[in-house]
Amino acid sequence: MMDSRIIQQLQTAFPDLTASEFRGQTRVVAPVESVHEVLEALKEKFAFDLLVDITCVDYLYYPDAEDRFGLVYLLANAETGRRITVRCFVNDTDPTVPSVVGLWTGANWLEREVWDMFGVCFDGHPDLRRILLPEEFTAHPLRKDYPLQGRGERHNFPVITRAEG
Amino acid sequence: MAVRGSWHGRPRPCESLDTAEGGCATIVELPEGVAVTKLDELVGWCRKNSLWPMPFATACCGIELMATGASRHDLARFGAEVFRFSPRQCDLMIVAGRVVMKMLPVLQRIWQQMPEPKWCISMGACASTGGVFDTYSVVQGIDRFLPVDVYTPGCPPRPEQLIQSIIDLQEKIQREDTIFCREFDAPSRQQLPRALREKGRGA
Ligand code: SF4
Repeated sequence: MMDSRIIQQLQTAFPDLTASEFRGQTRVVAPVESVHEVLEALKEKFAFDLLVDITCVDYLYYPDAEDRFGLVYLLANAETGRRITVRCFVNDTDPTVPSVVGLWTGANWLEREVWDMFGVCFDGHPDLRRILLPEEFTAHPLRKDYPLQGRGERHNFPVITRAEG
Repeated sequence: MAVRGSWHGRPRPCESLDTAEGGCATIVELPEGVAVTKLDELVGWCRKNSLWPMPFATACCGIELMATGASRHDLARFGAEVFRFSPRQCDLMIVAGRVVMKMLPVLQRIWQQMPEPKWCISMGACASTGGVFDTYSVVQGIDRFLPVDVYTPGCPPRPEQLIQSIIDLQEKIQREDTIFCREFDAPSRQQLPRALREKGRGA
């Protein structure tokens, strides 16, 4: 199978990589130090030229989880349709991963969204601002320790009455 | 001042001054086709039959709002069919859909840009209460930050419900005391709309 060949070659290049397969989906877990090189190799050498998505999972309160944030990179080969999932784990107190905007320009907004929602910092991102929430928002609401109903952010607006039009 | 007589009936409409305070009684004969009313009533009557809605449609309720304005439900029958997308040309804001906290300053600004006199309908569960979206980002009822005249329940409300709200609002507009700027005086504005009164839930 083609994926196993890719994984073998990857693992010889990056020995600290773990790979698994589930229902035809190939998943690779890379340590945060080498995740950028792994992604670069997948793009340049293995023709996974399309970055489908970058997202994140917060494993706080998750049974048996060892790390808190799991970054997920979904890559695809636009020609063959093959897909591969690359993951890497980061932890409090200052979760940081290298930015891949240099590899895929489209990563720009995806990384901003992960920053907005999870507060994972992307080292080397050209413009790491909030993308969905208002600028003055202070929290990262998709973190599991953020209350569902917020911390009163939505109540801090002036009230307009009839008299003031 | 009392108006006696009926329109097409035998005695023509006429007016008589109250003599209780010692005034002299006068009978004024009105020509046919002339009615006596208060200026306020007339202004209210004109206003209520020519509403210009501002469609602030942010979610699924907006689809019902569009259906209300379309030919089948035909809001034109109630004089409110001209939707304008500029707040400066509107006098009725229909907030249809959930409003998130990032949208609220926009909503308030649009409201402030609308010229007086203006009214607001909060359409649907989301706009009125936040609906099922009690999350950090969704405003729990626009009436926390804006004056609302009529609430339309439903998720989404059917066009008939929205039309009922507009009819209720028309009643409310008719009751407003515009000329003497008493339009925001409490008692008349606090009266329940007809739909609720009919259910016997209010005075
Ligand atoms: S009240 Fe229902 S239909 Fe209307 S915006 Fe909310 S969810 Fe959508």
